[in-house]
Amino acid sequence: MKVLKFLIPLAIFLVMVGFFAKGLYNNHDPHEVPSPLIDKPAPEFALTRLDQPEQTIRRADMLGKVWMLNVWASWCESCRDEHPYLVEFAKLKALPIYGLDYKDQREPAQAWLAERGNPYDASLFDANGRVGIDFGVYGVPETFVIDKQGVIRFKQIGALTPEVLNGKVLPLLRKLNG
Amino acid sequence: MADPRRLLATLLLALGAALPALAADAPASAPSAAAAAASEATVKFEAPAARLTAADPALEARMLAITGELRCLVCQNQTIADSHADLAVDLRQEVREMLQRGQTPEQIRRYMTDRYGDFILYRPPLKASTAVLWLAPAALLLIALAALAVVIRRRARLSDDQFEPEPLLDDESIAVDRPVNLV
Repeated sequence: MKVLKFLIPLAIFLVMVGFFAKGLYNNHDPHEVPSPLIDKPAPEFALTRLDQPEQTIRRADMLGKVWMLNVWASWCESCRDEHPYLVEFAKLKALPIYGLDYKDQREPAQAWLAERGNPYDASLFDANGRVGIDFGVYGVPETFVIDKQGVIRFKQIGALTPEVLNGKVLPLLRKLNG
Repeated sequence: MADPRRLLATLLLALGAALPALAADAPASAPSAAAAAASEATVKFEAPAARLTAADPALEARMLAITGELRCLVCQNQTIADSHADLAVDLRQEVREMLQRGQTPEQIRRYMTDRYGDFILYRPPLKASTAVLWLAPAALLLIALAALAVVIRRRARLSDDQFEPEPLLDDESIAVDRPVNLV
């Protein structure tokens, strides 16, 4: 009984330490909300190309290949940090990279790409952000990897880093293409 | 004068005082829709985004009642009704249009959770992953009550001489000499 008196508070304390440690050390970012879209079919979309307003790209056009959708905007600060990595990554030609130019205007967006390099096979122009909402976008940049069946397999919230590209995207790609 | 019954009464009083606080804790984390809607109605109709559609106050009130229960993913401690983040403005417009198309609040909430997950709900549903969140307060209360019962029962069995005599309070000695002036 005497021992219990010490063990019970100690046990409670250790459980609490466990919860706090998880919050502190598990790379926990409260802004990274687990997406319900993972392993779900990508939403339908039909958007014009940023550089060719007369050409429309639809979800169905993308079926049959593993591709990346990178949400960006010329007004987005962290996109500037991410962009050089994306330009380098595009040189690997590991997979087709499509941009989703989110709540932007055509002219500044095209100027932004001309200045910083264009890693995209094409950018979809989402002026009012409706497609962004369907993809559950709430912070730009965000990146999706979508498989041959049109299912979302990966989502990165926030800027891509070499660690994410090498550690998550490329291994996933090998799995999906293998 | 350490009567176990008096001790019991004191403990029950303390518990009685603590219970409302415990009860008040739970709903405080989930903002009431009505309160959110009411504060919106007074504050938000001045905002440009709201003014555009204030032509239909009934629709606006329904929209605010629904978005007042939804978390803004951009500024996570605000509701979508409250937030000025671009995404919140867009989502309020989306909800207005969904209501105009005759969709129910339930359909609108599903639309939101399909895209952003349960995190967007200020009242998360009871599921395996949220069971701890919902059940922990009740479980902790039960544990506390059980511990209280054990302590009280054990103390009730002790004889009076197990307790220290209560010290005479200063006031009590004074009160004997002269009556307390009750103003």
